Amino acid sequence: MENPREAVIGKEFDEIVSVARDLSLDRDLSAVREWKAAKPGRIAIGAFPVYVPTELIQAAGALPVWLFGGGGAIDISHADSRIQSFVCSISRSTLELGLRGHLRVLDGVVFPSVCDVARNLSGVWARNFPAMFMEFLHLPQNRESESAIAYLVAEYRRLLGGLERITGCPLEEDALRNAIRSHNENRVAAAALLDLRRTTPWALDAWENYALLHGGAALEREEHTRLLRTAFEAARRRERKPKDRVRVLVLGAFCEQPPLELVRTIEEAGCYILEDDLLQGLHWFRNPIPADGDPLSALATAYVRHSPPSSVSHYRGTPRQDLLVQRCRELGAAGVVFCTAKFCEPALYDQVLYKERLEAAQVPYVHIEFEEKMSAFDTTRTQVETFVESILFE
Amino acid sequence: MTTDGAKAGTTPEDAGKALQKQLLAEYYHSLSDEGRNGRKVAYLFVPGNVIELVRCFDMLPVYPEINALQCGIKKVAGELILQAENLGYSSDVCGYVKNDIGLMLSDRMSPFGQLPKPDLLVCNYSGCNTFVKWFEALAHFYGAELFVLDIPYLRERSPSTEDITYVVSQLEELANVCARVSGVPFDRDRLRHVLELSAKAERLWVEVLHTAQGRPSPFDAYFEAVFYMAPLNILRGTEGCVEYYRLLLEELRARSAENRGPIPEEKFRVVIEGPPPWPHFRSFWELFKRWGVCAVASTYSKVGGLFDQGIYHDPSRPLESIAEYAMNSYTNWNLGLRLDLLKRYAKEYNADAVVIHSTKSCRSFSVGQADFRDALTKEEGLPTLMVESDLADPRYYSEAQIKNRIDAFFESLTHRRLVGA
Repeated sequence: MENPREAVIGKEFDEIVSVARDLSLDRDLSAVREWKAAKPGRIAIGAFPVYVPTELIQAAGALPVWLFGGGGAIDISHADSRIQSFVCSISRSTLELGLRGHLRVLDGVVFPSVCDVARNLSGVWARNFPAMFMEFLHLPQNRESESAIAYLVAEYRRLLGGLERITGCPLEEDALRNAIRSHNENRVAAAALLDLRRTTPWALDAWENYALLHGGAALEREEHTRLLRTAFEAARRRERKPKDRVRVLVLGAFCEQPPLELVRTIEEAGCYILEDDLLQGLHWFRNPIPADGDPLSALATAYVRHSPPSSVSHYRGTPRQDLLVQRCRELGAAGVVFCTAKFCEPALYDQVLYKERLEAAQVPYVHIEFEEKMSAFDTTRTQVETFVESILFE
Repeated sequence: MTTDGAKAGTTPEDAGKALQKQLLAEYYHSLSDEGRNGRKVAYLFVPGNVIELVRCFDMLPVYPEINALQCGIKKVAGELILQAENLGYSSDVCGYVKNDIGLMLSDRMSPFGQLPKPDLLVCNYSGCNTFVKWFEALAHFYGAELFVLDIPYLRERSPSTEDITYVVSQLEELANVCARVSGVPFDRDRLRHVLELSAKAERLWVEVLHTAQGRPSPFDAYFEAVFYMAPLNILRGTEGCVEYYRLLLEELRARSAENRGPIPEEKFRVVIEGPPPWPHFRSFWELFKRWGVCAVASTYSKVGGLFDQGIYHDPSRPLESIAEYAMNSYTNWNLGLRLDLLKRYAKEYNADAVVIHSTKSCRSFSVGQADFRDALTKEEGLPTLMVESDLADPRYYSEAQIKNRIDAFFESLTHRRLVGA
């Protein structure tokens, strides 16, 4: 595959999206193979959603590779003999990719605490891929505890210890500071695109934004940042006029990712998606993490104090359902589209509370359940069109 | 506490049963309007629970999981689950949660009386992510205060110093919350005394479990153990709980001395992994009994604590030992440790096979069990049967299908024995 950086220079927006799209669909992780081949001894570490501090992986000299499942391109057969069928697609397809050898290019995988399925998948992974480095990261669920930051620093240090063992190199603090800086820049570039959507949603479709982010899952941050910046400039060059669409928020696909066509269908059925939680781990923090001072402490403090509202991270402050209503008001969203993966318990539990609160605040919503292998979108289109009409003609 | 019943000539079996009945009746009475006597109510989960701490503040514990399993046994879970689904809960989420939401929607009228509302929700997040989502929902619906006690997953073989420090620090913070909610100051001497009683009951319980190493086993370490473990989960840290296990041990030793077991003839000894299908508990048990199957060890009976792995509460290290206990709940162990335990049980209890009951509701238990089966059969040569249904939702139990699988499995074991394989 052509180097994405060169591939997008001087290109029009649609072509850049197409490059990103191809990268996101590459099940064999060719970009990772090429990255490793460029310099002997390089290692690549997978990161399962939702949030992994990939700064640590980068600082260890490894390439962090986000694992967002099989994307519908893989049939589940081997994985069925390891985990049951009543769990989400992403867990089954990720295991399937591993069992079929698609992830051999990876030297390890980090699973963060997301839900019981992902947690147990880490154990299945450890037994089935004994030669691969595997670490389960327990992120604190009591973020108000006075000892939460100290605990998380220790947890990050444990992960670093493991990474140092496989790289054979002790970590230098400056490397971690640089990794924090490059992640900050990446998040700023991602935020610029998101801002464009929030303020002038006709200038950038959510599905395009989704493809641009997804395409960076296996790239070095710097490279992805360049892709995002080029895309941003190209998007601004486009002359697009506002359409008569309803402004909505999309919520619920923070871990398993829906088919791109599903996002496109929601938009084509008459929605401007101002904000969503797709690929949430890639843009977890809204503000930069301080790169000066003690970098490990800065990373842990950022997670404990500045994580966004998330179904997989408990927070004792304002309930998520209240924050959702506030966000709708702030952004002027007319409704919410819940887009949840089949069998995703964290999303399904929260949805009940969200719906109740939205009803009380008279904010309309619609719920779409998806699976990675979903391929027919007519029902979704009708469902969303009806939802849009109910808002427009109320 | 006296044992007059036993002394008056009744069997220890009768005395133990009578005491359990009495203790649980007292417990449920204490939850009633007239029984509470101004005491505050704390909702807790079973795995890794901090009942010893809560007891120090005169708070009454309520265990929604135990209410849910009781509703399952009493066959009212199906209706309660439907009520929660009408509120918007998906058919794909945990039946225990939906049972509890259904109870809430039914004015908390359970088959054993009306349950009190929570004054404090203590989410001892050990081994199950759903716990957090469950109590977040209850906090929303009841408007009750929620404290999430974060128990790190056991990623290594044992908890790290940092893990223990983190949990102990949270326990101190929780003690402050309990003192504020209950109005009772924290008395550390009282905590030590309660822990001493817990440790006594835990050691007796381990002796009870070990009697199953005898042949025949004097009790079924799954189908009977789930009832035997109730006082340890509900009443740990009380004199009555200690006395119950003393009587139970006496009873089982008497049974062992007479070569008496739960079935007329013990033909197969199995280790069982996974929670039972509560709404079909009796019929599920019958499917095994008819083959002369006795469970000699089970993992479900360890959800309240892996005491038999040497993890006891310790009055000399009060909060540290609570933290270690909480991190060592069965489903908080990583799958490698869980698999090793299954293998160990099979050896230590001379089991012929492993039976896995996989439940859709409890992903924490079930995800990875298929991999266990693969490992047990291929690496250990241990015949392993896996059946699927649910722990709470009666709709997922297909008797004919489960019976077929059980029959085929034990038929093949019988055949293997006959041909001397």
